[in-house]
Amino acid sequence: MCDTCGCNVTLANRELAEGKQATQVLGNLLQVNDDQALHNRVHFNGHGVLSVNLMSSPGAGKTALLEATAELLGNELRIGVIEGDLETENDAERIRACGVPVVQICTGTACHLDAHMVHDALHQIDLDGLDVLFVENVGNLVCPASFDLGQHRNVALLSTPEGDDKPAKYPVMFRSADLVLLTKRDLAPYMPEFDAAKAVSYVRQLGNVAPILELSAKSGEGLEGWASWLKRGVADLRENLAVPTAEGA
Amino acid sequence: MHELAICQALIDQVETVASNNRATRVSGVTLDVGPLSGVVPELLLNAFPVAAAGSVAEGAILTIEAAPVRVWCKSCETESDAKINRLVCASCGDWRTELRSGDELMLRSVVLEDATSTPHAGQPEEKQRV
Repeated sequence: MCDTCGCNVTLANRELAEGKQATQVLGNLLQVNDDQALHNRVHFNGHGVLSVNLMSSPGAGKTALLEATAELLGNELRIGVIEGDLETENDAERIRACGVPVVQICTGTACHLDAHMVHDALHQIDLDGLDVLFVENVGNLVCPASFDLGQHRNVALLSTPEGDDKPAKYPVMFRSADLVLLTKRDLAPYMPEFDAAKAVSYVRQLGNVAPILELSAKSGEGLEGWASWLKRGVADLRENLAVPTAEGA
Repeated sequence: MHELAICQALIDQVETVASNNRATRVSGVTLDVGPLSGVVPELLLNAFPVAAAGSVAEGAILTIEAAPVRVWCKSCETESDAKINRLVCASCGDWRTELRSGDELMLRSVVLEDATSTPHAGQPEEKQRV
């Protein structure tokens, strides 16, 4: 190996020999989003507000669930909503009609919400008066799963007409869920091909231990389980925040 | 669909690394991407030249290393390969597993040209969740 004929330049070091420099970074690609998400989470913690990211395909019943939640828990939990859609204020108007403070984010063509969009929306909502802030993500079973918004919990909805195998088809989304809701169960008699046990099994095959609840926002069936999950979430968050930690969180 | 947004975040990070090292050009970028990151490597490769145009990384070669899907079984304490939608233990079949590899979305390294300082990668990774 010598400097005369160039035989000291190998495939492994050619770039260095040519004046190039390989710099190891080992950084999370979504670091900027995750930093903003952490900032959002600290903000939620500061107000003792449980933040819940609702994700599903379009039309799985996210807005209907929020309407039913406002009606059911209006006297017990103070809720606020950030609505994400490509276009229109339609969902925000439905939520507003329930007397719930709401901010609509129109993403234009973007297929997901990111932590910066949520942060901007937070400037328009008073967290002091709230117990739970819902972020209704853009209806999409793919992209929203990759972006941390600063939420405390991810909830994935799977509606009866969609079919029981969605968790096997969209594993990234359903693996990230802290709670899975099988919605529109009032349609179960008309759609016996949806096997709830199979849906549960597909979620478990993703190594996900999350609770799975069946409900119908229309008939009210199963909503009490959802309500108690929310109330427990708020209580757990406030209990955790009351305990001083090394980070002072 | 969100790969362009991810490429733009990537270019922002690459610009920071280049500027920290006073490099004028970046000729290569290497990523580790697991199938459970929700990002499709082929779409990243398509989006990269669009996001890189006009940046220090214009014309850079993007290399994506695919991370394998591996799970750790809590009941039989073995590590095994798994499928993206079947993260169960290959040895005993239990589904109570922990993902050991497969959800990576990481900028591993960049090749800088005309850098004038010692390599400096920037902030270490940090994540916190309550």
